[in-house]
Amino acid sequence: MGALAHLLDFAGWERAQAESLLETARMMEEVLERPMKKVPALKGFTVATVFFEPSTRTKISFELAARRMSADVVGFTGAGSSLAKGESFKDTLLTLQAMALDAYVIRAPVAGMAHQAARWLEGAVVNAGDGRRAHPTQALLDAYTLLDDLETLEGRKVAIVGDVAHSRVARSNAELLPLLGAEVWAAGPAGLLPERLVGARLTTDLDEALEDADAVMVLRLQRERMDEGALPSLREYVAEYQVTEARLARAKPDAPLLHPGPMNRDVELEGTLADGPRSRVERQVRAGEAVRMAVLYHLLVGRAA
Amino acid sequence: MRLLIRNARLVDGSGELGTADVLVEEGRIASLAGGDAERVLDADGRFLAPALTDPHVHLRTPGQETKEDLATGLAAAARGGYGAVVAMPNTDPVVQEPEQVRALLDEARAYSGARLLVAAALTENQEGRRLTPAALLARAGAVLLTDDGRTNEDAGVLARGLVYAAAAGLAVAVHAEDAGLRAGGVMNDGPLAAELGLAGNPPEAEAARIARDLEVLRYAVRKATALGHAPRLYVQHVSTARGAALIAAARAEGLPVTGEVTPHHLTLTEEVWHGFDARFKVAPPLRTASDVEALIGALERGELSAIGTDHAPHTAAEKERDLENAPFGMPSLEVAFPLLYTELVEKRGLPLAVLIERMTSGPRAALGLAPARLAQGAPADLMLFDPAAKRTVDPARFVSKARYSPWAGRELVGWPRLTLVAGREVWRDAALA
Repeated sequence: MGALAHLLDFAGWERAQAESLLETARMMEEVLERPMKKVPALKGFTVATVFFEPSTRTKISFELAARRMSADVVGFTGAGSSLAKGESFKDTLLTLQAMALDAYVIRAPVAGMAHQAARWLEGAVVNAGDGRRAHPTQALLDAYTLLDDLETLEGRKVAIVGDVAHSRVARSNAELLPLLGAEVWAAGPAGLLPERLVGARLTTDLDEALEDADAVMVLRLQRERMDEGALPSLREYVAEYQVTEARLARAKPDAPLLHPGPMNRDVELEGTLADGPRSRVERQVRAGEAVRMAVLYHLLVGRAA
Repeated sequence: MRLLIRNARLVDGSGELGTADVLVEEGRIASLAGGDAERVLDADGRFLAPALTDPHVHLRTPGQETKEDLATGLAAAARGGYGAVVAMPNTDPVVQEPEQVRALLDEARAYSGARLLVAAALTENQEGRRLTPAALLARAGAVLLTDDGRTNEDAGVLARGLVYAAAAGLAVAVHAEDAGLRAGGVMNDGPLAAELGLAGNPPEAEAARIARDLEVLRYAVRKATALGHAPRLYVQHVSTARGAALIAAARAEGLPVTGEVTPHHLTLTEEVWHGFDARFKVAPPLRTASDVEALIGALERGELSAIGTDHAPHTAAEKERDLENAPFGMPSLEVAFPLLYTELVEKRGLPLAVLIERMTSGPRAALGLAPARLAQGAPADLMLFDPAAKRTVDPARFVSKARYSPWAGRELVGWPRLTLVAGREVWRDAALA
């Protein structure tokens, strides 16, 4: 198994690769527990966050992760409209490349943009979310969070609920979690389920997905789905698919509840659950920083070695 | 000046005709039994065929000359073994007035390359509402009417267009995809699109529209027959097994419909999308291996009787946009023949004469043009190709402005070495002694 060149998605990944990254993340979290939360591991490297789609939380998480390891960080945020006008996407990347950067953390509105970038750039590319395709660091932080609670994912049932069809979080989790032994179920209304989700079983029956689940992951519902005709109404969605205290009774007691954020309280999940004892939302944010430190470390130090 | 092509293996759509010495004089085939000539060329056992006719190219003139122009497009066609190409009217402005048709034909005379044939819009600005002046367009030289580039959403307009075009002796070509089902699809809809997270364009979008258009044709035939006219429907770039089957059934029942298939739908599948490369973005999209098999079968049986490249050049920068914003289409004029010769004739045993027929007389019949045959007195629109010499597709050598290719790096045989139009050399490979 060679050094990781880019992190685009989990296609072709082996279990040992994922476990090694998660192990590094555990060491990184120890750094985050120190009074001085900084190590010199990436001193001299420069990381660019290149966001063609706004996402303050993911951007901050990556930037902090890089800074905790003493990397220099530059940020680019492109207006969505400039992409529609033409060639700015590749040109932007090539302009940044001319500045001798080492890694590019790329967030993009269309599936495949991270792959395209990796084809054009010399440095390491980290996919921070490309359209519906993949959001690998989100899946890694979800796995990391789940392992805290469950110790192992071997044979564990994880239910992903909501707008699965449009979700890069669902796709990446369905690729990664089974690699670690988990059985993934995805539940949602017919209009929001894909024809295939590699690694997962699909169902329109929420109760079936929640039955004996060891963990539940709730996805954000975009309100524009109603305009697209994928979903009749919010009322119908809430009645059929909102994750509530009562419906969670089918899952294992204390099954952790994850959400990639940002959350629509009282839409995809009952508001009180978000602040309740099952919620791991804050834990996910902390795990995100540790996981992103591990990813940058593997890519940059692995590549330089 | 007379030209004698010696030792050529003759092939046209009727079959392989043996080795002969072909004398070309005053733009025509003067003899298939040799004769005196000022110039002699030894074909050395290479194949001599009628030059190909491409019923479907985008030459981007007027208005989009950064993508292609008449000079580069017609030269690219000649290199590909084509003696004639039909340019689509989805330009800027749209080609829809007789003066525009004449101007294009005039301009093309200045360039060395394939003959230009012009398709004009079926409706004003291709908006699918008011019909264009079919009789005037036909008189100006247009050979086809089409709103290609757009889909004909209003069945009533298409029906009236078919009837009206029939009176002018013109066929109507359609880009058959249901706009609602197609929606924003960038690749074939199905499990792979779901996996990759890309919006899908379903095979049913094509089948549904072809089924509708065949009913529209039935209506047009009924209306026009009473007036003594014969409407002809030409379905461009059929990409699905279901679409091909619908056309086969309609032809079997006698409906005047022709189905076209492209080199890319015959040789590529959706699997290329694993690489997230917009070079492969085309409409209709690349389908599955079973669709490719069905298309090859339909081509062999003549149910799809015309090969059109849908040569659709864009700038390299446009094809390097993200997969939603990159435009649809790929260039293929310079590789179509060797590609299909290699993949279908060499590898799969399709009779050479069948391939030649589908790239010459098949499309010509649909356009109402005379068949292309190697016979004394026929126009000397000829193509000489080498069935043995291997060459790798190298887009950097294209004369088209679109210097990229879905087949870059493929090793092919069957490269055209010489193309003649009315006896005049419009392409000659340096490798030809």
